Amino acid sequence: MTAPSTTTTTAPATTSADTVVPVRFDFAAALKDSLKSAAIAFGLSIPILAFKTDQSGGDIFLTPRWGLVAIFVSIIFGVRLLQHAFMATKAYRLATPDPHQATEAVHAEPNAFQKVSRFGIPFFLGIAIGFPFLIYLIQGGMNESRYWVDLGILILTYVMLGWGLNIVVGLAGLLDLGYVAFYAVGAYSYALLSTTFGLSFWICLPVAGILAAFWGIILGFPVLRLRGDYLAIVTLAFGEIVRLVLINWVDLTNGGAGISSIPRATFFGLPFTAGEGGFADFFGIEYHGMQRMIFLYYLILALALLTNFVTMRLRKLPVGRAWEALREDEIACRSLGINTTNTKLTAFAIGAMFGGFAGSFFAVRQGFVSPESFNFLESAIILAIVVLGGMGSQIGVAIGAVVLVGGPEVLRNLGFLTAIFGAGFDPNEYRLLLFGAGMVAMMVWRPRGLISERQPSVFLKERKAISSAHVKEGHG
Amino acid sequence: MEIFVQQLINGLTLGSIYGLIAIGYTMVFGIIGMVNFAHGDVFMLSAFIALIFFLILTTWLGMTSIVLALLIVLVIAMVLTSLWGWAIERIAYRPLRGSFRLAPLISAIGVSIFLSNFVQVAQGARNKPTPPMMREVIVLFQGESGYNVALSYKQIVIMASTAVLLAIFWYLVQKTSLGRAQRACEQDRKMAALLGIDVDRTISLTFVIGAALAAVAGTMYLLYYGVVSFNDGFVPGVKAFTAAVLGGIGSLPGAVLGGLIIGLIETFWSAYFSIEYKDVAAFSILAIVLIFMPSGILGRPEVEKV
Repeated sequence: MTAPSTTTTTAPATTSADTVVPVRFDFAAALKDSLKSAAIAFGLSIPILAFKTDQSGGDIFLTPRWGLVAIFVSIIFGVRLLQHAFMATKAYRLATPDPHQATEAVHAEPNAFQKVSRFGIPFFLGIAIGFPFLIYLIQGGMNESRYWVDLGILILTYVMLGWGLNIVVGLAGLLDLGYVAFYAVGAYSYALLSTTFGLSFWICLPVAGILAAFWGIILGFPVLRLRGDYLAIVTLAFGEIVRLVLINWVDLTNGGAGISSIPRATFFGLPFTAGEGGFADFFGIEYHGMQRMIFLYYLILALALLTNFVTMRLRKLPVGRAWEALREDEIACRSLGINTTNTKLTAFAIGAMFGGFAGSFFAVRQGFVSPESFNFLESAIILAIVVLGGMGSQIGVAIGAVVLVGGPEVLRNLGFLTAIFGAGFDPNEYRLLLFGAGMVAMMVWRPRGLISERQPSVFLKERKAISSAHVKEGHG
Repeated sequence: MEIFVQQLINGLTLGSIYGLIAIGYTMVFGIIGMVNFAHGDVFMLSAFIALIFFLILTTWLGMTSIVLALLIVLVIAMVLTSLWGWAIERIAYRPLRGSFRLAPLISAIGVSIFLSNFVQVAQGARNKPTPPMMREVIVLFQGESGYNVALSYKQIVIMASTAVLLAIFWYLVQKTSLGRAQRACEQDRKMAALLGIDVDRTISLTFVIGAALAAVAGTMYLLYYGVVSFNDGFVPGVKAFTAAVLGGIGSLPGAVLGGLIIGLIETFWSAYFSIEYKDVAAFSILAIVLIFMPSGILGRPEVEKV
C-alpha cells in the first residue's frame, strides 16, 4: 500500500508553474521521509504480518514471521525513495515551462489510444471470434484446448456482466452494489423453470431477462430519490437480501445446497450427445465433448455482443442521452425537464435484463446454481471491472474483464512465479487483494479508468475526443 | 418474561458494540460526507490485532490476570488500529478530495476488499478462537420454569467499558480544542480553514478516533464471541452503518441510540421470529430507513443546495 503522500491534484497543470521554485532532488529529506514511511509500514505490519495464528486441534498458537515484515518494510522504503526521486524530477520538469503546454483548453486531438482503436476494435473482435480455432491450433488438439475455451467463456461472462453494469454505473452514474442480485434472478429463473416445468433454454433465456428487468424496476423504484452513496448502500442491502432469501427459502430454492442437474443447452433443440438425434449425428460429424463448449463460447460471445450493440444504439437514443446527462448533473437534468424517474428506472431495468441473460447463461453452463455464487464479492468484482476499465467506456470494460479475470489464471500458469515465491503459490489467493488495491489506486491516479476518454454521443460535423478534464461527474 | 429480560441484556451488549462502530461511520460522514465502507473491516482487523496481542500476553509472557491482559490489549489495539485508520485516510481518501462524487465510496470499497483479503492471506481463512475466558455469570433471578436470567462478567465488562469510553470521547468532542475544530469542520470546512484550523489534520484525527473506537468494539466482539474470522467485518459493519443512519447520520448520540436499537431488534428478532432471517431483518431495516427516513431519529434533514 504505497501512494503519494503529497496531495497531488489531478487537475491539469495550469499557470501556477512560475510560482513554484524548481526543486532538485533533496536526498536527505527524501531519506527522512522514506524512513518515516518505513516506520509506519512497520507499525501497520506488527501484529498481522509479524505473527500468524495457527491452529492445531482446539489450540491456537502464534508463529512469528519477522522475515516477512523485514521484506515488506524494505519494499515500502525502497518504493518511497524511488517515488521521491521520480517526483522531484517531475516537479522540476513541470516548473520549467514547456513551450507546447497549453494554457487554455483547446481543440482536443485524438490520442494514441483512439488512433489504435480504429484498428484495435476489429482486431479484438477477430481474436474473440477466432479464439477457439486459435487455441485449437496452438494447443494442437480438442482436449488440450478445453481449459482455454472454458477460460474464454468465463471471461466473456464477465465482459457481458461488466457491460450490463456499465449501463447503470457508467452511463447513468448510479452506483449499483447489488448487481449480482439480477444475475442470481436470471440463474434461478432458468434453473427453476427448466427443472420444474422442463422448459428449454431458448424459452427461458428471454423469460429470465424479463424477470430480471422486472426485479430491476421493483428494486429500482424505491431508491430513486436517494443520493449517490445512499443508493449504493441500499442496492447492496437488496443484493444481500436476495442472497439470504435464496439461502433460507429452502422449499423453493433448495437452500444452500443449490439446484443441481439443470438441463444442458441444446443447439436449437439438438442436444450435444453422442447418440442418435444429437448435434453430431444430425450434421453427420464425429461426436466430441468439446462441441458443447465451443457452442457455449459462441453463445456467450453473441450475448455479450448483443449487450454491446444494444448499449451503443441506446446511447444514441434520447433515453441514452438522458442517462449520460443524468450522470453529469442530476439537477440540471431535472431543470431541463428530463423525467429522472423514468431515466433511472430504464437504466436499472435494462442493466438488470442483461444481468439476467448472463445469469441464465451461467446456470446452463454450470448445470448447478447455489446462493454462494451470488455474494457481495461477485458484485464487487463486476464493479471493479467497470471501474478499472473506465466507467462508460465499452472497450475499457472488456479489457478490464480480460485483465482481471484472465490475468490471475495466466499468472497461475507461469512457471517462474512458483520458482520465486515457492511451491504452492497461487495467484488466485492474491487476486482480490490486488483488486482492492487496484480500485484504490485507480481512484487516486486515474479516476476515469484506464480508458478515460469519452466518445461523444452527439457531435457537430466531426467527432472529437473529449479529454477527461472536461467531463465532470456526479454533481447533484 | 425471563427470556425477555435475558434478551434485553444480550441486546444491549450487542448494541453497545454496534454503537461503538457506528460512531466511526457517523463522524466520518459528518465531516467529509462519505460513507466509509471500509470501517467494518477496520473493526475486523482490530479484533485480529487484539487476538494476537492477547495470545502474546497470555501464552508467551505468561500473564495470568485476564483483566489486566485485556486492558493492555485494548490499549495496544486502539493505538495500532488508529495507525491503520490514519494510513487508510492518507492513502485512499485524502487524494480524492475534489474528485467526482462516487470516487471516495469506490475507493472505500477497494480498501474494504483489500483489508479483508489482506487478513485472509496473512492469517488464513479459518475461524480464530480465543482461549476461553471470563466464563463467570451472575444469576440475577430465577424464573418459575427454572430458567436463569444471567448477566455474564463479559457483558458487564463490555457495557461498562463502552460507557466509560463514550464518556471520555464525549468530553473530547465537546470540551477540547480538538473537538471544537472537529465540529467546526463539520459545519463548514472552508470557513474553518479560513479561521486557521488545519482541516487535513482534523479529518485525519476523525479517522483516528473512529478507528480507535472500532478497536474497542473489535476487542469487545472478540471477548463476547470468542472467535473472529477475516470476513467478520462485513455484516457487523453494515449493521453499524444501519445504526448510524437510523440514529441520524452525523449525530453522535444518534449513533449510540441507533446501535442499541439495532442490537435489541436483532436479539429479539432472533428470539421470537427466526434466527435464519436475522440478517435479512437488518438489511431490510437499512433499506427502509434509508428510503423513508434518511435523516434518522436525531439527525437534521439535509437541504439540497444547488
